[in-house]
Amino acid sequence: MKFTLSWLKYHLATDASLDEITDKLTMLGLEVEAVDDRAATFAPFLIGQVISACQHPNADRLRLCTVDTGGAQYQVVCGAPNAREGIKGVFAPIGSFIPGTEVTLKPSKIRGEESHGMLCSEKEMGISDEHGGIIELPGDAPIGEKWAAWAGLDDPVIEIALTPNRGDCASVRGIARDLAAAGLGELSPLPKSSELGSFESPIKWKHDFPPGAETACPFVVGRYFRNVENTQSPAFIQDRLKAIGLRPISALVDITNWLTFDLGRPLHVFDADKISGDLVMRFARSGERIKGLDDQEYELDENMVVISDDRGPQGIGGVMGGDNAGCDDSTNNVFLEVALFDPIKIAEAGRKLGIMSDARYRFERGIDPHSVEWGCDIATKMILKFCGGEASELVSSGQKPETQAIKILRPTRIKDLTGVDIPLDQSQKILFDLGFNPKMQDGDINVTVPTWRHDIDGEADLVEEVLRIYGFDKIPEVKLEQGQALCAAPRNDLQRRAEKVRRSLSARGLVEAVTYSFIDSRHAAYFGGISKNLTLSNPISSDLDVMRPSIIPSLLVAAARNQARGIPSPLFFEVGPQYDEDTPEGQRLVAAGLRSQNAVSRHWSGPMRDVDAIDAKADALSALLASGAPVNGIQLTRDAPTWYHPGRSGALRLGKNVLGFFGELHPSVLEFMQAAGPIVCFEVFLDLVPVKRSKSSAKPMLEIPSLQPVYRDFAFIVDQQVDAEEVLKAVRNSDANLIDNVNLFDVYEGTGVEIGKKSLGIMVTLQPKQTSLTDQEISAASESIVTAVEKKTGGTIR
Amino acid sequence: MSAQEVDRDKIREQLLAEIARADDLEVLEDVRVASLGRNGTITSLMKSVGQLEPQERKEAGRIFNSLKQEITAALANKQEQLKALQLSARLASETVDITLPVRQDPAGTIHPISQTIDEMVTIFAQMGFVVADGPHIESDFNNFTALNIPPEHPARQEHDTFYLPEKEDGSRLVLRTHTSPVQIRTMVSQSPPIRIIVPGRTFRADYDATHSPMFHQIEGLVIDEETHMGHLKGCLIDFCRNFFDVDDLPVRFRPSYFPFTEPSAEMDIGCSRDSGGLKIGRQGNSGAGDWLEILGCGMVNPRVLQNCNIDPQRYQGFAFGLGIERAAMLKYGIPDLRTFFESDLRWLRHYGFSALDMPGAVGA
Repeated sequence: MKFTLSWLKYHLATDASLDEITDKLTMLGLEVEAVDDRAATFAPFLIGQVISACQHPNADRLRLCTVDTGGAQYQVVCGAPNAREGIKGVFAPIGSFIPGTEVTLKPSKIRGEESHGMLCSEKEMGISDEHGGIIELPGDAPIGEKWAAWAGLDDPVIEIALTPNRGDCASVRGIARDLAAAGLGELSPLPKSSELGSFESPIKWKHDFPPGAETACPFVVGRYFRNVENTQSPAFIQDRLKAIGLRPISALVDITNWLTFDLGRPLHVFDADKISGDLVMRFARSGERIKGLDDQEYELDENMVVISDDRGPQGIGGVMGGDNAGCDDSTNNVFLEVALFDPIKIAEAGRKLGIMSDARYRFERGIDPHSVEWGCDIATKMILKFCGGEASELVSSGQKPETQAIKILRPTRIKDLTGVDIPLDQSQKILFDLGFNPKMQDGDINVTVPTWRHDIDGEADLVEEVLRIYGFDKIPEVKLEQGQALCAAPRNDLQRRAEKVRRSLSARGLVEAVTYSFIDSRHAAYFGGISKNLTLSNPISSDLDVMRPSIIPSLLVAAARNQARGIPSPLFFEVGPQYDEDTPEGQRLVAAGLRSQNAVSRHWSGPMRDVDAIDAKADALSALLASGAPVNGIQLTRDAPTWYHPGRSGALRLGKNVLGFFGELHPSVLEFMQAAGPIVCFEVFLDLVPVKRSKSSAKPMLEIPSLQPVYRDFAFIVDQQVDAEEVLKAVRNSDANLIDNVNLFDVYEGTGVEIGKKSLGIMVTLQPKQTSLTDQEISAASESIVTAVEKKTGGTIR
Repeated sequence: MSAQEVDRDKIREQLLAEIARADDLEVLEDVRVASLGRNGTITSLMKSVGQLEPQERKEAGRIFNSLKQEITAALANKQEQLKALQLSARLASETVDITLPVRQDPAGTIHPISQTIDEMVTIFAQMGFVVADGPHIESDFNNFTALNIPPEHPARQEHDTFYLPEKEDGSRLVLRTHTSPVQIRTMVSQSPPIRIIVPGRTFRADYDATHSPMFHQIEGLVIDEETHMGHLKGCLIDFCRNFFDVDDLPVRFRPSYFPFTEPSAEMDIGCSRDSGGLKIGRQGNSGAGDWLEILGCGMVNPRVLQNCNIDPQRYQGFAFGLGIERAAMLKYGIPDLRTFFESDLRWLRHYGFSALDMPGAVGA
């Protein structure tokens, strides 16, 4: 909502400065977004007269002008074709900041001739795009005066951001009312009068709604004007409309725009000679079309209110008038429409048609129902004053809704909700100034909600009204103490788990990414697909159209994008959601990560190495450990989902639950996603990790053996297909009491080992408990290890 | 001079000369073996004592023993010298190019969003808040209607809601447009007193320089019998001063509008703009500067309490919400919202945080 300072003062008698007014507006909840203080912008520019203009000696297209500003004369080099002796123009002295070019003017020499200022074009002044020549002022323009003040361009423009509840402040008068209540001046009274009219209107209003749907337009009035002259509107209207960015068109159109912004009362004028028969308020018929005042064609539907004559719709109710019956210079007879509409119908129609008009803006926020009458009166008066002619008697259809809401405000509620004691008489005065007409009854304040305040619903709204004017800044702040009943840990198990996993994975070298919850459905197809329930109806683009079934595609897209930017070996993790179903339970908390290309890149310190499935396994186990999973009880199976390489991946199981997957990504997934491999990844389902049963923080007692451990190395030859874990398990279980640790230090296939076999180098730590081991005991343990491995895996000692 | 003394002097002279000549430990060892070894010259002399006449033995034993002691000491002395020489020769030959680049550092980073949430949770935890969360796919009721935003409310237009397909019963799930539905879920399932914060993902169908279709909010809710706007101010002022680490951070609360709070306010914090860009807080004593909107807040609308079956005559409290990316951008000088989600490794490493940089541990 934009307005100018002088426009505000039309409704508000005040001595307050521009700064005081804008500060107060913001603190009233009418947040000032911008102030264009044009008086300051245009302050340097003076009205000057060119007293001589002659040819520049060194340039065909330039002239040397002498500009007189009353007290002084300046030589100015000017290239404008209209710079000639005698004309008056806008003179910018040295040091002026030129708003259109954003340049501060300095003395200069142009082709050897000094220039001490500038004569400005409209474009240079930032008031239009006109740059064909310098501004020419009329002969009576006073030389030496400030140009902006003389031209009426020094009026500061204020723009406020209106919250959706304050439809009443979509008018200069509404804003003035708030400021007056806040003590920044007096609200000027509106002139009251009702015009009677001298003849019967040849056009009547009719309603044609299905029974029960009359609320779409409960009430409309109108008036016929004959023999008007649609001239130009007066300068004070034109200047102000221009200042807020509206183009003055003609007196009739400008009056409707003026009333829309001045009083928040949108209304419409039809060229009565272009109307056939009476005007009917009705719903549009399916397929009906109308060309709007914006020259666009709109197709209407049965939920939109139209104003129709015998031939069809002439306007979209509350949204936009029709082009067909619009007023122009030749308009002679006019019909004025002043209506009330259902805000919801207007909002729906406007949204469907994609029209954001000044009328819709106000109707959908709700306007004062009484404005039908006073709006018609004021419009009548203005039309007769500016356009002449004669007004008919009023015609109307429907009924004005009688809405008089009485609400009760208990003064104690103000203190309860705000913590501040506002004297009762002050609260009453505030409510009175806002139009609530407060009356005390049984210790409570009874108020009548003003008809323009559709946002007042209950007691809390009244508290806010009082507080808003009293000042939010006067509420003393009180420390919020940590309540006694509220000393739980700030995070629950699952939330804490997520934090620990994050810290753990980033400590392992992975970089945390946060990626969108929605991905490309074509990608999702490679990751288990997606149900229709999880497809967005209105995605912002087709590559973000489904809720992701896994985090991996998000990370894979990120990896591919980094690779395309020349960043090698991207590696990420994310702790975030995947969506299995559209239910709350269907949203899973997952830790996922990805490593690509080099695990160790080229470096003087050693050979490079590609990432492999075991890197991803380590990440997955680290995430599980951090989340509190009993890692020793986890079992591996080879049934990772289809996006993994079938031979280089696994699932991590605990009992019947699959806690996660890890492995190399399937080559066809990489190819489709255009990512360079190898890429390994993991997914761990944090919501499935069991909660630790024991609440105790104590760790089990540590027993440090006093005897030295004994180390023995073994090399076993086993079939290639035998899992290393099988061999390690056989070793471990051969004498669980004695064997403290088993370390696989070598896996070898090749020369010296039979084809189809592999050699596993294992170091076993034997830990004696009571007495040192004898050579015989050590040999016996070694033998049972060899026997166990042979029995369980068919392996032989090398 | 006895025959033994003659032998001793001869051997002594010879051995001391050999020891002096020995220039490495091996040669020295040879001298030791040749003199003191099983068949060494001194060992042989010692053995020969037994063959002497008894009256000569004592004197010979004394003579040879002193020789043995002298040579043993000379050998040890020389061995020490040689070891010292050997060590300094070794050290002189052993060098490393200390300018070599170190082995690759495996450290990863924590995303600024996670870090910022952690910081905020740490601050609010000190005021007794606990973290609550809820699903991203929400019912229209929880996201809008229960929050006093009925279907045709103009505020809905400002939300740019993502919709999921219509169900058979005509209902449509939405991606939550704010974290506020968790207020509803909490109030429906718990009784006051309630004190929660809700950090999490939120979604709006909007994408430009200052909007991302996914972003994060943190929501706060306090419900009990006496919390009023003074507490709201106290809580949020403490939070902002703590979070931005500016003790005298100027703040202001101005009236605003949210359907789910009444009265509603927006909170601004003071900032100054100079050649260095935006700075949170004011410079020196000048007090001049701009205001930056940082969060929305207000007293919970009685309608919302009613919608959750909480008696608004007995209970009241406040709610607030702020954008996490925006707070992170202001605090850490991150210029562009969209970059948070682009997963550019260079960005993540630059703006990310060490795993060890834990707000709870360092006092936010």
